[in-house]
Amino acid sequence: MIRVDGRGENSLIAVRNLGKTYRRGNQDIPVLQGLNLDVDAGDSVAFMGPSGSGKSTLLNLLGGLDVPTTGSIRVGGDEITHMSAGRLTTWRARHVGFVFQMFNLLPVLTAFQNVELPLLLTRLSRAERRDHVETALSVVGLADRMHHYPRELSGGQEQRVAIARAIVTDPTFLLCDEPTGDLDRSSADEVLDLLAQLVAEYGKTVLLVTHDPRAAERAHMLLHLDKGVLVEAQSGAHA
Amino acid sequence: MKYVRLLRVNLFRKKIRTLLTIGSFAVAMFLFGLLIIIRLAFNQGVAVAGADRLIVTNRMSLIQPLPLSYDSRLSAISGVKQVTHVSWFGGVYQDEHNFFPQFVIDVDTWRQVYGEYQISPGEWKAFVGDKQGVMVGRALADRFGWKVGDRIPIRGTIYPGTWEFNLRGIYDGSRDTADTSQFWIHYDYINESQSARFARNYVGWYVVKVASPDDSIHLAKTIDATFANSPWETKTDTEKAFAAGFAKQIGNIELLILSVGGVVFFTLLLVTGNTMAISVRERTGELAVLRAIGYSPRFVLLFVMAESIVIALVGGALGLMLAKGMTMGGDPTHGLLPMFYLPPQQMAFGLVLALVVGVLAGVLPAFSASRLKVVDALRRI
Repeated sequence: MIRVDGRGENSLIAVRNLGKTYRRGNQDIPVLQGLNLDVDAGDSVAFMGPSGSGKSTLLNLLGGLDVPTTGSIRVGGDEITHMSAGRLTTWRARHVGFVFQMFNLLPVLTAFQNVELPLLLTRLSRAERRDHVETALSVVGLADRMHHYPRELSGGQEQRVAIARAIVTDPTFLLCDEPTGDLDRSSADEVLDLLAQLVAEYGKTVLLVTHDPRAAERAHMLLHLDKGVLVEAQSGAHA
Repeated sequence: MKYVRLLRVNLFRKKIRTLLTIGSFAVAMFLFGLLIIIRLAFNQGVAVAGADRLIVTNRMSLIQPLPLSYDSRLSAISGVKQVTHVSWFGGVYQDEHNFFPQFVIDVDTWRQVYGEYQISPGEWKAFVGDKQGVMVGRALADRFGWKVGDRIPIRGTIYPGTWEFNLRGIYDGSRDTADTSQFWIHYDYINESQSARFARNYVGWYVVKVASPDDSIHLAKTIDATFANSPWETKTDTEKAFAAGFAKQIGNIELLILSVGGVVFFTLLLVTGNTMAISVRERTGELAVLRAIGYSPRFVLLFVMAESIVIALVGGALGLMLAKGMTMGGDPTHGLLPMFYLPPQQMAFGLVLALVVGVLAGVLPAFSASRLKVVDALRRI
C-alpha cells in the first residue's frame, strides 16, 4: 500500500512532514515541503515531475545520501534522519540498492567485480561472495558476461549489471534514479521488465524517479512531485 | 587482502602515468642512493674513527711537519697509551689520475694503534723486514691487479725521485666501511734518504692512542700545552673531528647533498601530489558511487593514500636496488673514493623517506576524496 496522506501504519518506508531547503547566498530555496509517504514492502512507486521539482532530492533523502531540513524518514523501524554519518554509511550498505541513470560502473572492473563491490564490505568469504555475485548476475540474465568489462557491454547490459550490484546484498529497497534515461527504447524495456520481475518474483521494494511515462506506468503507483509537494497521480496497472 | 585487486586495477588504469610516477621515484631514490654513497665515502674517516685516538698536527697547517723527537715526549704524557706517526707521501703511480692515499708509517707502532685491519702475520713480518716493502689494501690491489711480490714504482712529489717498492702484503678491513685503498710505506726507508740537515727526522702527524676515551678532550689540551711556544706548536683533535675537518676541506659535502636531496624530494612531492590529485579528480564519480553503496570516508581516504604509498614504495625500492646494484658492479671511481658502498640501514632509511613522501603526496588528495559530498559528486557525473 502506498499513501501520501501520512496515515499509513507499519509501512516499510514512512516519511513524515519531510522538508528540504537549500541555501544559496542569503536566499532559502525550499525544494520539498511537508511531504508524507508510506510504502509497504514489495511495492513499487514511480516519481515524476518537472526538472527541479525535488525528485532526485527525495531519492537522496530516502537513500541517506542527504539529510532533510525538517521531518523524519523511518525505514523498517530505523529512524535515519538523526543517524550519524558513519551509521548512515553502514545503514546504506545494508538497506539500500542504488541504480543510477549513467550506470556508474567502475570501468576497470569486470561485471563480476563491479557486482562484488558491495559484498567486499561484508564478512562473506570469497566463495560466498562468488555465489552471491553469480546469483545476482543470473537474475539479471548476464551470467555469461560476468568477465566482461563495462566497455564490452551494451548500455542495457551495463544497467543490468548495475541492477545486479544493487540487489547483490539483498537490500531492503532499491532506489532508481532515471534508470532508463540513458537507454534506447528496447534496452529501456529490458531494464523495466527486470525491475518489474524483481518486484513481482522477488518481492523487492522499488522507488523510481523517471521522466519516462512508460517506465512510470509499470510501477504500482505513480506520484507527481510539483513545487516540493507530492501528489498521487494514479495507481499503476499492477496495483 | 580483498581490496588488493581494487588497488591494483586503480593503480594501472593509467599505466603510463603510473609507470612514469614510479619512474620519478626510482630516479630520485637512485640519486638519493648515490648521494648517500658519496656522503659515506667522504665521511668514511669519521665513520671508522676510533674514539680512543687523537691526531696531533702542526698548529700552522696539516702540511707542516712535526719533529720526530715529539714521539718520546708524547709517549711520556700521562694517559697516552701508544703513539705512532704518519706522513703523506703523495706520489704518482704511472699517471696522475691514478690517485690513492700513500702513508709513510712507523711499522713498529702502527698496528698497536690501528688494530682494526686484518693482516696475515706472515705478510706483516715480510713487510716489516723489508724497508722497501709496502702493504696495500685489498681494493687498491684489485684496482691495479697487484700481487704480493710485485715491484711498484712511484714517482715522488713531496719526496722527489722515483721510488721502487716491493709489495709484501695485502690487508683487508674487518668491516664493509673500512678503507682498503691505502698504500703503506716504511718511514725508515723514506727518512734515511732525506737530507740530514733539512728534511730528516720529521713526520706529518702523530696518532695518539689514549688509555681512556673519556680523557680525550683533557689529554688533547695537555698535549697542545706541552708544545706551546715551541717552534712546532701542535693542534690536537679527536680522530673523528680530524676526519670531519679533513672532509670539509673538500667542501661542505653534507650541505651540498642535503640541498640536492631536498630539492629532489620536494619536486617529487609536487609531482606525485599532482598525479594523485589528477587521479582523484578523474575518479570523483566512481568515488561517489563507492560512498553511496556504503564505503566509508575513512576507507576512501586510506584507499587513495594506499595508492600513493604503493607508488612511492615500488619506485623507491626500484631506485635503491639500482643504486645497490651499481655498488655491487664495482667502484666506478676506481678507488678515488675510499669506499663505494650502500649499507642496508641507509637503504631502509631511503625506503622510509619514500614512504614519507608517498604519505605527504597522498594526504591532500585523499583527504579531499574522503570529504566528497556524494550528492554533489553524483550530480556532476
